[in-house]
Amino acid sequence: MTSVWPLLEPWLAQVQKPARYIGCEDGAKAKAPDPALVSWLFTYPDTYEIGLPNQGLQILYEIINERADARADRAYAPWTDLEAIMRLQAIPLFSVEHHTPAAEFDVIAFNLSAELTYTNLINCIDLAGLPIYSRDRSADDPLIMVGGHCMFNPEPVADFVDVAVLGDGEEVVSELTELIAHQRQSGETKQQLLVSIAGLQGCYVPSLYQPQYSNDGAYIGLLPTLDGLPGTVEKRTVADLAQWPYPKEQLIPLTEVVHDRLNVEVFRGCTRGCRFCQAGMITRPVRERPAEQVRTMVQSGLKRSGYDEVALTSLSTADFSSIENTVGAIMDDADSMGCGPVSVSLPSLRVDAFGVGIAAQLQRARRSGLTFAPEAGTWRMRQIINKLIREEDLYEAVEAAFSQGWQRVKLYFLIGLPSETDEDTLAIADLAKACVKLGRAHTKRASVTVSIGGFVPKPFTPFQWFGQNTAAELQRKVNLLKDATRRANGVNIKWHDPKATVVEGINSRGDRRISAVIEDVWRNGGTFQEWSEHFDMQRWTDAMDRAGLTVEDVVYRHRHQDEALPWDHISAGLHKDFLWTDWQDALAQVGLPDCRWTPCYDCGACTGYGIEHVVASATPPAGGSQGTGQDLATGNSVPVQLLGPKA
Amino acid sequence: MKVRVRYSRHGRIRFISHRDTARIMERAFRKLAIPVVYSQGFSPRPKFSFGLALTVGHESEAEYLDVDLVSLDHLESLPQQLTQALPDGLTVEAAIQLDQGAASLQQVVKCCQWRIEVIGAPIEAVMKAVSALVAAPQLPLERERKGKTSVVDVRPAILELQVVGPTVHGVELLALLANEDLSIRPSELIRVLALDLREGQVCRTHQFTNAEGGRVEPIDRSNLIAAGATMATNPLAPSAWPAESQAS
Repeated sequence: MTSVWPLLEPWLAQVQKPARYIGCEDGAKAKAPDPALVSWLFTYPDTYEIGLPNQGLQILYEIINERADARADRAYAPWTDLEAIMRLQAIPLFSVEHHTPAAEFDVIAFNLSAELTYTNLINCIDLAGLPIYSRDRSADDPLIMVGGHCMFNPEPVADFVDVAVLGDGEEVVSELTELIAHQRQSGETKQQLLVSIAGLQGCYVPSLYQPQYSNDGAYIGLLPTLDGLPGTVEKRTVADLAQWPYPKEQLIPLTEVVHDRLNVEVFRGCTRGCRFCQAGMITRPVRERPAEQVRTMVQSGLKRSGYDEVALTSLSTADFSSIENTVGAIMDDADSMGCGPVSVSLPSLRVDAFGVGIAAQLQRARRSGLTFAPEAGTWRMRQIINKLIREEDLYEAVEAAFSQGWQRVKLYFLIGLPSETDEDTLAIADLAKACVKLGRAHTKRASVTVSIGGFVPKPFTPFQWFGQNTAAELQRKVNLLKDATRRANGVNIKWHDPKATVVEGINSRGDRRISAVIEDVWRNGGTFQEWSEHFDMQRWTDAMDRAGLTVEDVVYRHRHQDEALPWDHISAGLHKDFLWTDWQDALAQVGLPDCRWTPCYDCGACTGYGIEHVVASATPPAGGSQGTGQDLATGNSVPVQLLGPKA
Repeated sequence: MKVRVRYSRHGRIRFISHRDTARIMERAFRKLAIPVVYSQGFSPRPKFSFGLALTVGHESEAEYLDVDLVSLDHLESLPQQLTQALPDGLTVEAAIQLDQGAASLQQVVKCCQWRIEVIGAPIEAVMKAVSALVAAPQLPLERERKGKTSVVDVRPAILELQVVGPTVHGVELLALLANEDLSIRPSELIRVLALDLREGQVCRTHQFTNAEGGRVEPIDRSNLIAAGATMATNPLAPSAWPAESQAS
């Protein structure tokens, strides 16, 4: 393998943040290029600062480098200044460890966690010197694989990629490696290899499936082109997180990145059942990491990295069994290590589970930011989205925070939810003002930052049939909130660009015809669409016109019950009729309990794959009743495997 | 207890920023569990004082930082330990104890010596430009700061300048540039040379303070011996001290 370093180095002093391109992180694996090994290039299609912390890529990077028959490097999208130089100087996309050209790897594997990175995906393929469409690539070219939450509707990128991997990657990444190694020994063709890959659970090979359209241009389904291919591609799920204590050596970057701290995943999956939340639907069931393992991973990670902050990550960390004890133990360990103060941050906190107890533990060190996500302003709206927290729950949490010395809390809300009225929207402002008032009793500096996101209906949620609010409607609601808080001292409003929300909608629920739109936007210079200075909605609407598609049809339209959805051939285990029933329940304002602590309602995620929740405590934490006050004592038929001493 | 550390920066890691360096150094002390004194107040911070910033992309044989340690127990082995806790390319060469009231690096450093590679003109042209620059009574340089343009005479900031000889790609200069009220960066020096030159490899070789009419380094061997102090040096450091290499 070759290195582009001598070509690259003379230009680095001229670009912004050249430390993005030098590798050298603590935790980087310097497994030397060796043609005998199956080689992976794990790539994040956005800048280094955004991509490096991605836990999914770090986990797979370690698993592959631990294998005797494989090795992995990493790559990130070069910023536009370096890209211009690379194109002029004919420097291809490269790995940061060995500066090896991307095209020299067996597999280039991308994490797709945000739809707005799709144009960067094809830009990276192009920068590697490869044709962007899979049909134009040769047998000698690397396989382009993609994974991540966005791949629960892979169709918008289906024409570009060879394989889309669904769900947890820990096991399947090794199975893929073995198939590639076998192909080398046996001399199989690329086509034969792709057919074998399509036989692996969790692996979708788009080129082997043909989309069908009706005469009037409606998407009506997808057919396998060969006998023996699965009609539905099921996701992968690792049953027990305790067996996967990864990353063991988190990458410690030399330059500042987002989430620049030790990150330890405490559980995967969430069954709170928030109906807008794709992550909570597609990652079921709940699999907790044993508290003792969490403690060990935190302790060794802090010693190794020198970080002064650790985040306990999950979709709702306050739901972790005995979270208070765990945080306390981490603080005690940190004190005895003598490395200086350590702060613990808990992203994704539910307000009903955040009390003075946790607040008191957290404030023992430097207070990190606190973000709560009530998501909606009224109880009616929160019933519709099944986020059953009461106003009192929010006030108690905010009171706990301010009383323990915090001066600022951040509240996250969605606008554009199903059946939302202006009354629901304006209630957000009232909640924020009430929270500031609570804080002012403790400190004059108390403030509340309200962050507003426009709702994008996602595949495999009960809201997948809902027509998204238009950009104009979302903007009108933002303006309502701006007006309502203009004179409110201590309330700061931030919002996501409604136009970007529309483009997210195009890429979330579109079918395979969106590939042409993505290509068009990319050819017109539309990379780094997550960055407001590079985003331009006009490029997307023009591209939609040229592809003969409308935003109205793909984004704003309500779907029918009997309509074929572009992701019907993908499965996250969830029964479609469960999702439809939950959608109808939503409109009727009927709540759904958390099945971790109450009887199973058979959504399909456990039963379909023969797996169960793994939780250490069958007792719900504070807020476990989801504000409904329901009796949870009867919840004993739910499949719950208890951690701890095995019988 | 205030401690001054001297380190070098070579190789790929020269592309990190001043802020990155600060974060890496703070993490290294935490990794080694060497307790650093924290500031008091709402948001306590470890007490580090990083000297002159080193431009992204430049190497150095003479970087310094001051740190307030809880104890001096580890001073002897500090250079070696720190080097092992730091990424490749950052090498700690020495550490000394400072008087509690010692002036900060920003205050004491008066000038720096640089090796500067310039690319884009033959050596004869560079030599001519250097001679002209040294002979010039004034060197007006346009500077932009916060959107405002001003013209500064930078000639007094160029204390010494000479041509060392050719490199693979260009010509190497040796410059002594002031860091006081009036200062000039290597990139600005290249601009006032009035040739169409690009910057190649740049390395800070020394930082100097003034003492009794002469120039000394913030960690200086003879100075230490005179003061009767002991100095912890890193036996692993690749760049030996000039005096030492002559003796051996």
